Amino acid sequence: MALDVREAVETETSPRPRREITTAFVVSRVAVLAVTAAILLYAVPPLVAAGSWVSLALLCAASAAIAFLYLTRRFVPAKYLVPGTVFLIAFQMFPVAYTVTTAFTNFGDGHRGDKDAAVTAIETGSVRQAPGSPEYSLTAALRGEELVFLLVDPKTKQVRLGDAKGLSPLAGAQVGVTGKVLSAPGLTVLKAPEAAARGKEISALAVPTADGVIKANGLSRAVEGKAALVYDAGCDCVRGNGDTWKADEGQGYFVNAKGEHLAQGWQVGVGLGNFARVLTNPTISGYFAGVLGWNLVFALASVLGTFALGMSVALALHHPRMRGTRFYRIALILPYAMPAFAMLLVWRDMFNRDFGLINQLLGANVDWLGEPGTARFGVILVNVWLGFPYMFLVTTGALQAIPRELTEAAAIDGATPWKAFRRVTLPLLLVALTPLLISSFAFNFNNFNAIALTTDGGPFPADSPQVGATDLLITYTFRLAFGAGGAQFGFAAAISVFIFAIVALISAVAFRRTRKQEEVYA
Amino acid sequence: MRMRALGVAALAALAFAATACGGSQPASQSASSAAPSASASTSAAKSGGTLVIWADPSRVKPLKPFADQFGTENGVTVEVKEISKDNQTTFLTASEQGSGPDIMIGAHDWIGNLVQNGAIDPVTLTDEQKAAFSAKAIQAVTFNGQIYGAPYAVENIALIRNTKLAPEAPATIEDMIAKGKALKAAGKVKEVLCIPVGQKGDAFHVYPIFASAGGALFGTTSSGDPDAKQVLVGSPDSVKAFGKLKDLGEKGDGALRTSITNENYIVNFAAGKCAYLISGPWAMSEVKKGGITYDISAVPAFKDGKPATPFVGVQTFFVASKGKNKALAQEFVANYVTNKDVAKALYEADPRPPALTAALQEVQASDPDAVKFMDAGKDGIPMPAIPEMAAIWEPFGIAENAVVKGGDAPKAAAAAQKAIDGSLKH
Repeated sequence: MALDVREAVETETSPRPRREITTAFVVSRVAVLAVTAAILLYAVPPLVAAGSWVSLALLCAASAAIAFLYLTRRFVPAKYLVPGTVFLIAFQMFPVAYTVTTAFTNFGDGHRGDKDAAVTAIETGSVRQAPGSPEYSLTAALRGEELVFLLVDPKTKQVRLGDAKGLSPLAGAQVGVTGKVLSAPGLTVLKAPEAAARGKEISALAVPTADGVIKANGLSRAVEGKAALVYDAGCDCVRGNGDTWKADEGQGYFVNAKGEHLAQGWQVGVGLGNFARVLTNPTISGYFAGVLGWNLVFALASVLGTFALGMSVALALHHPRMRGTRFYRIALILPYAMPAFAMLLVWRDMFNRDFGLINQLLGANVDWLGEPGTARFGVILVNVWLGFPYMFLVTTGALQAIPRELTEAAAIDGATPWKAFRRVTLPLLLVALTPLLISSFAFNFNNFNAIALTTDGGPFPADSPQVGATDLLITYTFRLAFGAGGAQFGFAAAISVFIFAIVALISAVAFRRTRKQEEVYA
Repeated sequence: MRMRALGVAALAALAFAATACGGSQPASQSASSAAPSASASTSAAKSGGTLVIWADPSRVKPLKPFADQFGTENGVTVEVKEISKDNQTTFLTASEQGSGPDIMIGAHDWIGNLVQNGAIDPVTLTDEQKAAFSAKAIQAVTFNGQIYGAPYAVENIALIRNTKLAPEAPATIEDMIAKGKALKAAGKVKEVLCIPVGQKGDAFHVYPIFASAGGALFGTTSSGDPDAKQVLVGSPDSVKAFGKLKDLGEKGDGALRTSITNENYIVNFAAGKCAYLISGPWAMSEVKKGGITYDISAVPAFKDGKPATPFVGVQTFFVASKGKNKALAQEFVANYVTNKDVAKALYEADPRPPALTAALQEVQASDPDAVKFMDAGKDGIPMPAIPEMAAIWEPFGIAENAVVKGGDAPKAAAAAQKAIDGSLKH
């Protein structure tokens, strides 16, 4: 890529080319910038509502920087780099960083929110209706600007006024047949839509009574209730029902003296706990090696199988005497063009022992997905079927780039076609395709769909229901993290970090070897 | 000079874009299909009252007219949004981010998990309202002594039989298997019984048979709820029950087979390939399409066994605790959908027996199936709503699969128990 010297001299001496600023140019720039700004500013109202001022400041700074960058004539390379960098941060770095930080928390079912949310949930969940208290018919009304409740006892038809101070008798109110108050002296009775608009205030108003509080239950009823469990900030504990649950910041639960905890917990950091669990829990570490071994076999067999098949077909179609190549190409691409999701389900049903196409065609009675050996063979077969058109496509492309003279020269030198392929075509192909093979390996290493939709990890041995014969690390992880104990995002993130490390290590080694290979053949 | 003009123009456009974006509702709605409720919440803030309801596809259409009526009566907008996949998880995630609905529709066995995540509020029903529902429905939505939603449909599995092949309802499992085997020997059917097992078992469908053989999942607490501390999958009684499943399995009677799966069991029955089907109301449209004559009865019990109790599931309206309009949501759930007409409309869209006794009685006349399903679930137990139930399904299913294939029952039960204990303790 050495520049022509004369050209370089010319570009330096010639005056900087000035682009004519046309109307279309201005309009298009303004339009693009306006759209970008609109998208950025769309995030402002939710951020203001949530009160996240740091994010808001970052957003404003980013918007200003983008506007400045594209409104000046300088920083030309940055104009091209910034969009890519923004997307890289948003869709690559942020998810990775988020996964890694999640791995250090107990985020999951029972620990989704923060402590305040857990306290609110515990208190609201424990509100019981006071025994024997009436189900009031409720009408919301305004006393001046203040919201009050007009409560009608359905049995006595007695009307009372409830406000933040308590209940007081109300005289002169007119009650309709349904128990709603139609009018009352000195008060503005709210109609349904007006009451609906003040829903938040109505939910918030609590009328204190001797036994608890009267709260609205919807817009037309109110009940007297009392929270059985109450949070006490002084001891950082929840009291009620003759017991005390102390907050345990290590677990994110309120725990009592017997070690029992309340259902609602909150998210806390657990340090390396999730990682330690992966390494020390016998049900996880005990099966890890076996699953990893099969996982490597699966990924390797998928890559080699698809590559061998795809390349053979590509070579066959590349032969000069081959006819009808267009038809074959279309037919071969079909598996690739079908949605893998649906195809995997179709294959699963084809493997069914009694109703499946394969046994019916072969006249066999093999329990394909019910025995470890056949199930493993089956999933590899399906994966090869789904994957070889891709290898066929890329090999066809790479073959076009290898000059035919090379193989012809080899033939003149007396090489057999096999030898010419082995010594000339394959090495040249591999130089171009090895990076693709490595990425295909990384993809198949984590090929969740191929397993989850066909065998779902099965068949499972009777004595260990946790890990099946065809489980990959990723499907196994998924079952551990989302199957039994509800969703455990923190734990799942920790295992993802491990899987990432394994794939990264294998890929790094493979890429190193590729570089050596290039040095040899280049 | 030129540059400055360009800059001013661009800044003006920027400001314009910002205000346009804040002011025009449709534009912002289309811009954020990824965050549907963010736009819903902004519109709610504007009009003062929007009630957002999330439902699965089959319930959106019948709910619409009633939602609109409720909206007109109360002067609010009611949005019914369709959620078609992973409803519970979607609801939990959205609630957590503050973009969830005000009302969610789902199965009662979500309650435990939703409560531990603080996602739903209790609902107060009057004694009168409680009495209007079937006792089982109220029992199902009660968790820790609180009612957590308004039930509207009750569903359980039953034995559906092809009356041409098997005119009489079998009195016991033994009778049913004998008849099924005789029909198979005579070449009239291909399978003894159509019940899904698959490669991972199916705890839900096999549970009545398992229970009749004496098996159990959990002990019971003093209040009659399932006790998460006592997992009984590996208990001696359950081991015996797994042994019975083994006798019915591939090496025994051949009534339970791993090749019969959730995808093919109803189709096979509808095509006349088996005389008996164990399934729920959701199978009926397919069965009717098959054009066979059928009848519905309770899943029979073993001759000297316990009753074959199916799980009862109750479809429920939940009030989201992080909703924007909780008063309206409470009003809708506690005082509006407990209405007979709403229950009937939902029934017509998706025929599952209504939980309101009055609605069930009206439906009865036109659809005897609904009542037969209800009768078949008379002895049923509400599906455990405790979050720990999540730990049961998979290990239990795998143990079932193992014994159906002829595996050792004590070994399979012990392994399942160990796996469940392990995941409950972490």
